[in-house]
Amino acid sequence: MPRFLLKRLGLAALVAFTVSLISFSLLFLAGDPAVALAGEAATEEDIQAIRAQYGFDRPIAIQYMAWLSGAVVGDFGESYYFKTPVMELIASRLPTTMQLGLAGICFALLLAVPLGVAAAIRPNSLIDRFALFVSVVGQAMPTFWFSLILIVIFAVNLGFVPVSGTDTWRHFILPTIVLGYFATPGIMRLTRAGMLEVLRADYIRTARAKGLHPVKVLFKHALRNAAIPVVGLAAVQLGFMLGGSIVVESIFALNGAGLLAFESINRNDFPVVQALILIFSIIYVLLTLLADLLNAWLDPRIRVA
Amino acid sequence: MTGIDNDMIIAPSPAQQMRRRALRHWGFLIGGSLLGLIVLLALIAPLIAPHDPYVQDLSQRFLRPVFMGGTWEYPLGTDHLGRDYLSRLLYGARISLTIGLVTAIISGLIGTTLGVAAGYFGGRVDTIVMFIITVRLSMPVVLVALAVVALFGGSLTVVVLVLGFLLWDQFAVVMRTSTQQIRSQDYLISAQALGCSTTRIVMTEIMPNVLNNLIVIITLEMAHAIILEAALSFLGLGVQPPLPSWGLMIAEGKDMLFFEPFLITIPGIALFALIFSINMLGDGVRDVTAPENRN
Repeated sequence: MPRFLLKRLGLAALVAFTVSLISFSLLFLAGDPAVALAGEAATEEDIQAIRAQYGFDRPIAIQYMAWLSGAVVGDFGESYYFKTPVMELIASRLPTTMQLGLAGICFALLLAVPLGVAAAIRPNSLIDRFALFVSVVGQAMPTFWFSLILIVIFAVNLGFVPVSGTDTWRHFILPTIVLGYFATPGIMRLTRAGMLEVLRADYIRTARAKGLHPVKVLFKHALRNAAIPVVGLAAVQLGFMLGGSIVVESIFALNGAGLLAFESINRNDFPVVQALILIFSIIYVLLTLLADLLNAWLDPRIRVA
Repeated sequence: MTGIDNDMIIAPSPAQQMRRRALRHWGFLIGGSLLGLIVLLALIAPLIAPHDPYVQDLSQRFLRPVFMGGTWEYPLGTDHLGRDYLSRLLYGARISLTIGLVTAIISGLIGTTLGVAAGYFGGRVDTIVMFIITVRLSMPVVLVALAVVALFGGSLTVVVLVLGFLLWDQFAVVMRTSTQQIRSQDYLISAQALGCSTTRIVMTEIMPNVLNNLIVIITLEMAHAIILEAALSFLGLGVQPPLPSWGLMIAEGKDMLFFEPFLITIPGIALFALIFSINMLGDGVRDVTAPENRN
């Protein structure tokens, strides 16, 4: 187990390092960042001044080393727009995105797992068809369009929830549904497929033959085994949701890291964008690591391999 | 027993069996016909569009569709600049289909090369490819795509290239596993024993056997690319006006959300129908070509 953990941690560090290299070089791929920052009306002197001010006149490798040595201790420099430390800015916005992501994954699990189990118990039944419908619609529904439709129905016409903002928990309802529904199809399909396979297994037949209560067989014996891959997928989906919350946060004006990313991109606030790409990547890597550890804990067979 | 000669009973060939499965598969049929219809409409858009999708007529703004009290002159109404909505919708299908197709080709080439190489050579090559896939998966797609489009400036070409270079991960993952599965098959080992070159083994032994899986991933990634383009264009960092991208049409209609909801409903339904049909077709291809993998 310690070797397994050490190997995975080393891999995670290597991935984070590579992403930092990519997210840093992205800025220079598109040409001269000083020109982009100066704007269209800038003179050559303005551009030179910006170049000196932000240190763009140094070799790229030196700039990267300076940036990386700061990033390792959480210092991502200053935001061009707010003139405050990038880390403070992100730290103030990230909790909102985390709350949204966690609420979204809970919504997805609460919808997908019972539906997937029910569909697997009675394949081709009405409930199975309904589950298939929910998943097919979820896969084809563009997130931003679904958000607008929900706003029209529930915020404008029915007035149940506020249209946009971050002030109360009621502001999180629609974004949670949108983000959670996005993750539902994958989780449901995996739950259904896993349950179908497990329910055919010999130990389930044995458990039934012993005369155990069907509910106990279903939840204690079957779901526990079918849930192993679902745990991994849920962690991965949570990572995707945090990175993908940018669309939802922009539409609902939810003041999280996603909205900060969108605004920073539009303001050419490169240090914030670079830091956010790196931070979201690290969160994703940590989540997959957590999923692997959870899987190893749930399924002792993995630990050996 | 009965008088039937055993030679008269001929088992259906695999191709016949597959055709029969295809014709009985509802998802395959519905998805295929719907996608076929959308492709056809996109191809003949110049012939059937009632108006020029770019011509503005400010005296004809926000006309309603014919089923909401409008006239047949503008069957789906007009937008905020008085442009015919049906014509823009038809031309928009061309943008979505182009994005889907070109992105799938670029990402398919990258992902298949990486995946087949990893699966065939194994060892160190496999380790390196797996690492590249992990790095790619850990990068937030929407955030990176938005940032790159903002840096290079939004245009159809930039969006296609960015998505093509981002969405290859599934190709690599699936092609790697598929290649690994046939890596130790007898026919592959005999090809090696005969002294076939790697290129030849990949082209004549591996590719035909992973083609079905490749088609399924192509459909999935086409749908993925179309959704992402619409989202990028909706956020203003994708295809730029006056091009009639469906995502852009929804963004332009957003300001009139409360008064003229048809402006976002119509392109939204079009987008939904396109992605739905591609997904159905992809699932259908998987079921029809590999019925044993159905769950």
